[in-house]
Amino acid sequence: MRLSCPHCGERDRREFTYKGACLTPPGGDWGAAWDAYLHLRENPAGETRDLWYHEPCGTWAAVTRDTVSHAVAGSVAARDAR
Amino acid sequence: MRYSGWRIIREALTGNRGWAPVWRDPEPKSAYDVVIIGGGGHGLATAYYLASVHGLRDVAVLEKGYLGGGSVGRNTTIVRANYYLPGNSEFYSHSLKLWEGLERELNYNVMHSQRGLINLFHSDGQRDAFARRGNAMVNQGDDAILLDREGVRELLPYLDFGQVRFPIRGGLYHPRGGTARHDAVAWGYARGADARGVDLIQNCEVTGIDVEGGGVTGVQTTRGPIRARKVGIVTAGRSGQVAAMAGLRLPIESHVLQAFVTEGLKPVIDHVVSFGMGHFYISQSDKGGLVFGGDLDFHASYAARGNLPMAEHVMEAAMTLMPVIGKARVLRSWGGIMDMTPDGSPIIDRTPVGGLYIDCGWCYGGFKAVPASGFAFAHLLAQDRPHPTAEAFRLDRFATGRGLMDEEGTGAQHNLH
Repeated sequence: MRLSCPHCGERDRREFTYKGACLTPPGGDWGAAWDAYLHLRENPAGETRDLWYHEPCGTWAAVTRDTVSHAVAGSVAARDAR
Repeated sequence: MRYSGWRIIREALTGNRGWAPVWRDPEPKSAYDVVIIGGGGHGLATAYYLASVHGLRDVAVLEKGYLGGGSVGRNTTIVRANYYLPGNSEFYSHSLKLWEGLERELNYNVMHSQRGLINLFHSDGQRDAFARRGNAMVNQGDDAILLDREGVRELLPYLDFGQVRFPIRGGLYHPRGGTARHDAVAWGYARGADARGVDLIQNCEVTGIDVEGGGVTGVQTTRGPIRARKVGIVTAGRSGQVAAMAGLRLPIESHVLQAFVTEGLKPVIDHVVSFGMGHFYISQSDKGGLVFGGDLDFHASYAARGNLPMAEHVMEAAMTLMPVIGKARVLRSWGGIMDMTPDGSPIIDRTPVGGLYIDCGWCYGGFKAVPASGFAFAHLLAQDRPHPTAEAFRLDRFATGRGLMDEEGTGAQHNLH
């Protein structure tokens, strides 16, 4: 699997560290929304968008990819993903 | 039909004409007391114990493919009870005791081989951690022996004791650990459940879960609707999709874990051995193939196959630990789909939907748990209260933060296990 970095283009998977599903943190104090953000997952079999850290350039990337075929559709910078 | 050595001899002398199919292939009825979704190891064990321990025989197991076609047939077959934390420790201890009586109980040869498990350590810190774990195992009533370097050398003379980057300082020896024939475990439980009247229905995919007034009333399947008083979801690997049919979201992310098998060799690895500095574990099957694996690929995946970087890492670990196997050729590799929970421990609990129960989140440790998971889930389904060995496997522990069981001590977060 080769992932795409919005900054550097298609790169080897070994240059990336996986964070998990690309979600927007809720505001406010602890509650059901925080539990959902931290723990509960759609966990789709198919298209998903997750966060990866591209170590060589230091970019947090929101990568759109398929969890069944491992096909990578593209990525945007995490700050533009919300 | 009972199996015995005598029976095998008699069949051999009479052309093996006396063997018959060991379970029926029934049409689904329109209603059951209990419907179990998922005909893998855990689901079949649940059905078996529902019938054998709780006397519930109006039970169906619905399997979308064939019995035992999922993770129970895609693992590295290791059976052990070397967990550290309360909650896990008593559960896996119970599971190993069930394993030790399983062949007699099922009248089925699951080839359970207690060849001993050795977890190697390579630093003072690891030694301390393993000493502590060993004490926890002994306190739980299981067996653990802390070996020094010479003790390891006596058992495992083929390891590379000369390499200095990750020197072998010793190991935690768990003599009752070992392996089993994974398919046979599913088949043995299936045979036992069928013989007690459970309907095992294959090629029957659940497409919907019927909920009325906050309670479950049945399921929709590719072979028609089936009503049920209680429904158990036992579909590790696909738990999220099945639970979503009842409107639930689970604290689970599916990851891929790879495994590898070499060509058959003469006996060389007599135990199960794990490397402490690169997450690598290996045993040798009775056919002679070396069976080994390593870490997750560390990203969400349902592909049932992994990536080359982790394959390379596993091979590197193998060569660091035991270069003696360097010329063995890998015949095949595959990936299993792991139900990863945030803390790395499983879930056996009720759900917010009445009459709907779930057994999931087995991470990369589901095989050894098959007997105790089935035992505890059957207890929960039959009596509506958790079995004492599985009380800690609560669904709400992430929301409340109480009772998290994080064996690795890395934090209850999805990308850390």
